Amino acid sequence: MSNLKLSGISKSFDGIKTIHDVDLDIKDGEFVVFVGPSGCGKSTLLRLIAGLEKVTEGEINIGGRVVNDLEPSKRGISMVFQSYALYPHMTVRQNMSVGLKVAGLKKSEIERKVNEAAKILQLDDLMERKPAQLSGGQRQRVAIGRSIVRNPDVFLFDEPLSNLDAELRVKMRLEITALHEQLKSTMIYVTHDQVEAMTMADKIVVLKEGRVVQVGSPLELYNNPVNQFVGGFIGSPRMNFIAASFHKQEGKNITLKTKTGENVDFALDTDTTLKNDPLSIGIRPEHIALGNKYSVKIRLKIKAIELLGGTSYVHGSQANGEDLIIEIKSENMLERHKEYDFSFCPSRCHVFDHLGNVIKLARN
Amino acid sequence: MQYFKYFLAFMLSMFILIPLMMAVTISLNPSNTDILSNMGSWKSFIPQVFSFDNYRAVWSDPYHPFGLYLFNTFFITSISLTLSLMVNSCAAFSLAWGEGKYRKYILGAIISVLAIPGESLVLPQLLMVSKANLVDTYTVQILPGLANAFFIFLFYQFFSKIPKDLIDAARVDGFSLFQTYLKIALPLSKPVCVTVCILHFLGIWNSYLWPIMVTRGPEVRPLSVAMAAYFGSNQTQWGNVMAFAVCMAIPVIIFFLIIQRQFIASITGSSVKG
Repeated sequence: MSNLKLSGISKSFDGIKTIHDVDLDIKDGEFVVFVGPSGCGKSTLLRLIAGLEKVTEGEINIGGRVVNDLEPSKRGISMVFQSYALYPHMTVRQNMSVGLKVAGLKKSEIERKVNEAAKILQLDDLMERKPAQLSGGQRQRVAIGRSIVRNPDVFLFDEPLSNLDAELRVKMRLEITALHEQLKSTMIYVTHDQVEAMTMADKIVVLKEGRVVQVGSPLELYNNPVNQFVGGFIGSPRMNFIAASFHKQEGKNITLKTKTGENVDFALDTDTTLKNDPLSIGIRPEHIALGNKYSVKIRLKIKAIELLGGTSYVHGSQANGEDLIIEIKSENMLERHKEYDFSFCPSRCHVFDHLGNVIKLARN
Repeated sequence: MQYFKYFLAFMLSMFILIPLMMAVTISLNPSNTDILSNMGSWKSFIPQVFSFDNYRAVWSDPYHPFGLYLFNTFFITSISLTLSLMVNSCAAFSLAWGEGKYRKYILGAIISVLAIPGESLVLPQLLMVSKANLVDTYTVQILPGLANAFFIFLFYQFFSKIPKDLIDAARVDGFSLFQTYLKIALPLSKPVCVTVCILHFLGIWNSYLWPIMVTRGPEVRPLSVAMAAYFGSNQTQWGNVMAFAVCMAIPVIIFFLIIQRQFIASITGSSVKG
């Protein structure tokens, strides 16, 4: 196994830069998820690591070797594609063994490795079938099997579950996580689904417009987003943003005023002087409570209620038209088109400046 | 309506079958006088006598060695088919997935060749092959027809639709571009291969203009040209001509019967009409 280091990676297509100076360090055995909205460059970054695209600038280092000029098959990687990319005219066995044949391995060794992988992925009974005779989940397992037999330093997954239905996606998510625990290999997984990122990753890399926005563990990103984008992207339903303006500052203590006229007090983490720019307060749906339990009060008119069983998501809007989502226990029976009081505690909030960057607050 | 459909189908079948029945009937009649007197009546379509004299005559004619012609045609067709499949598919794959910067322009140039009538190229080609001393050889009958713009276009259409992930997966598996073509793309293009096979087979088997221009004697001549020799200075022996024609058609029919299922699948699958 081996660690992977990206130093100053940039990629341009026809003179248009799509990946901007990416620096990243991935340790042995880590499960890293690249996440971001469509077009953020996460798949391009993965393809650069795989060697399917050439880097314009920078250096890719896998296991202490600079691999920029090496062909994909020489980089010590394997890749699972979104569309499975199984060879349709070959059986499962042939699909899994063909790469090893090309590499010139002995027949007995190929057989051993293929059988081993088939056992891990419970493919034994499907070995003589062709991809067209397999279900989506089985095809995905074969694609993973094709990766395993190569015994790569780094496994690359390019949105491997996006073609599966919701139930199978959850199952495969668990299978891949279990596989990571079993193989203890370095895995890089690309997804646009932040739930996948949160549930699978040791480390999440959030990308936006070809730039790494934040790197950290799922909880780190959830609890301490560096900007409004990460705050909004990580977590489901997304974080609520309440527009506010600077009211007063006394040392590290600041007071912001929401558009509905509510004063919210925060304590800054560092000695910063806030300017009179527009700000926004970020609060997660689960941190807003029904009733006047906390210090900051809001009144919402309920627009819609999504009942999920134990919990419900309530969509409502304030008097100034600002929409918020709130997670409540389903036993609280709310009615649509009626107004209710909600409240939240400032200690659960995040404050973002006019550029969307987080203003660090003191946490008790 | 149903009866009208059957009637239409019957009439269309007759339209195709009647000339064939006439050829078979005449080939089985040893008397040229009878053949000529039966012309125009129903007797030219339904065999009255069953004699294989004409077939014997065709197969044992020392001046027109049918066996040699048949071998020549088989040899030229099989070599030409194999090479044509390789050359055209290989060219199409490199145009679809190769790394050349100007692939689109090359493809455009190849497609524009489709607009040029083949006959207009025959004379320059003849000059070239005679300068190269290739006249009256197998090579001259195989080489000029190998690269075919239409076949390249057919293969290109297919290869360019192969998902990029599949080509990338092959790269990750360590395939070179040629190995990807040979082991992944070519086996997948079976329907196109069948279409190209049929079209090229019929083209070569029935070609007349080019072989008659570049062959002199029976040594390398194909069947299509040899049959013309029966329409010589003497009175035409229709029985022999038709026996020759039937013998020439049989391999085509057998070939078609063998791959008709794939052919129909390829026609519907690759959206190629004829």
